[in-house]
Amino acid sequence: MTVIVARGLERRFGSKRVLAGIDLDVPEGAFVVVTGPNGSGKTTLLSLCAGLLAPTKGTLDVRAERRELGYLAHEPLVYRELTALENLELYGRLYRVPERRERIGMLLERFSLWDTRHERVSTFSRGMAQRLAFCRVLLHEPRLLLLDEPYSALDAEASELVDAELRALAAERTVVVSTHDPERLAALATARLALA
Amino acid sequence: MTYLADVAALAKKDLLLELRSRDTLPAMLLFVVSTLVVFHFSLPSGSSDIAAAGLLWVAIVFTALLGLTRAFVAEREQRLMDGLVLAPCDRSAIWLAKGLSIVVFLLLAEVVALPAYALFFEPVSGQMVAGILLADLGIASVGTLLAAMAAASRARELLLPLLFLPLAIPVIVGGVGASVADDPARYLGFLGLYDLIFAILSWASFEYVVTE
Repeated sequence: MTVIVARGLERRFGSKRVLAGIDLDVPEGAFVVVTGPNGSGKTTLLSLCAGLLAPTKGTLDVRAERRELGYLAHEPLVYRELTALENLELYGRLYRVPERRERIGMLLERFSLWDTRHERVSTFSRGMAQRLAFCRVLLHEPRLLLLDEPYSALDAEASELVDAELRALAAERTVVVSTHDPERLAALATARLALA
Repeated sequence: MTYLADVAALAKKDLLLELRSRDTLPAMLLFVVSTLVVFHFSLPSGSSDIAAAGLLWVAIVFTALLGLTRAFVAEREQRLMDGLVLAPCDRSAIWLAKGLSIVVFLLLAEVVALPAYALFFEPVSGQMVAGILLADLGIASVGTLLAAMAAASRARELLLPLLFLPLAIPVIVGGVGASVADDPARYLGFLGLYDLIFAILSWASFEYVVTE
């Protein structure tokens, strides 16, 4: 089964064309690495796949419901004035995560945030916020993961943690990930899309 | 039931954010009281009660505008609307929760404003309170929708008043009428109808405002 099908995909912002002529087939279980220089449209492509933007031209069919989709954006998409636990509780409720408390606890432990779960995100470093963003994305066990620069702001230890997560996810999910460091994901990649 | 649970979770989040940041409510309280003080000194002595009631409604509408301007600040500055829009809940739940938190802020502002009005101008009547309660619902319904629209725009500080104030005119007409008329039922009915129409329109159109 193909999860993402794009034909002649184009996206403009005003008169500026950010993406053009993108044809893409992402089969179930694929691990697609999207590369390209700054401004090449990696974030735009992932936003289109997430349904946050609409194509200007062409067609894009993402065969996953909202509850099956996990999107890691540039921003962690968590409330700075709420604690890590409160943020995950909110998203857990909205995504109707079964056994929410246990799942949240397990993720916070896994991403080394358990001890700071009652602290507001505004006190977090950028790396901690990124790890919390991973918890948010994985909370509802999405079938399709769209990860925009997942290593940004992470230190070496956290990056290795993400490596391990991605290895585990690659075996059972469909993943589309944009990165400036494709070599890091070379062993996992089943396909590569280079944007100019 | 899941819809109401989503609304409750989102509204709780909005109230918690305000409790922590104290960005909006203190400003609304200070604004409404200082506006009434300014009106107290600017209204000539011997002016009618009708003029005083009109000024109260001006203060309420502009205080609401202040709250609405801040309604989507967290979602805009941290791009959190993306996170909420991606969640598999009905998107109108975001509008309803935000509207409820606006109603709470307005009620708290009015708890301070009405005694101040009674102190500076005239006693507060039951029909005035009924009018204000109905107006709060209308202001929150239409205001939350417009605040979400404005938040997506670069000229948001200009756009929100330009969109909101014309749509608030019926609220002022109904509110002032309900406050001073001998038979306020007609005006209260008008406010109720306004609330109903705009609540339905805003509820149904919110999804199109927050998605492209």
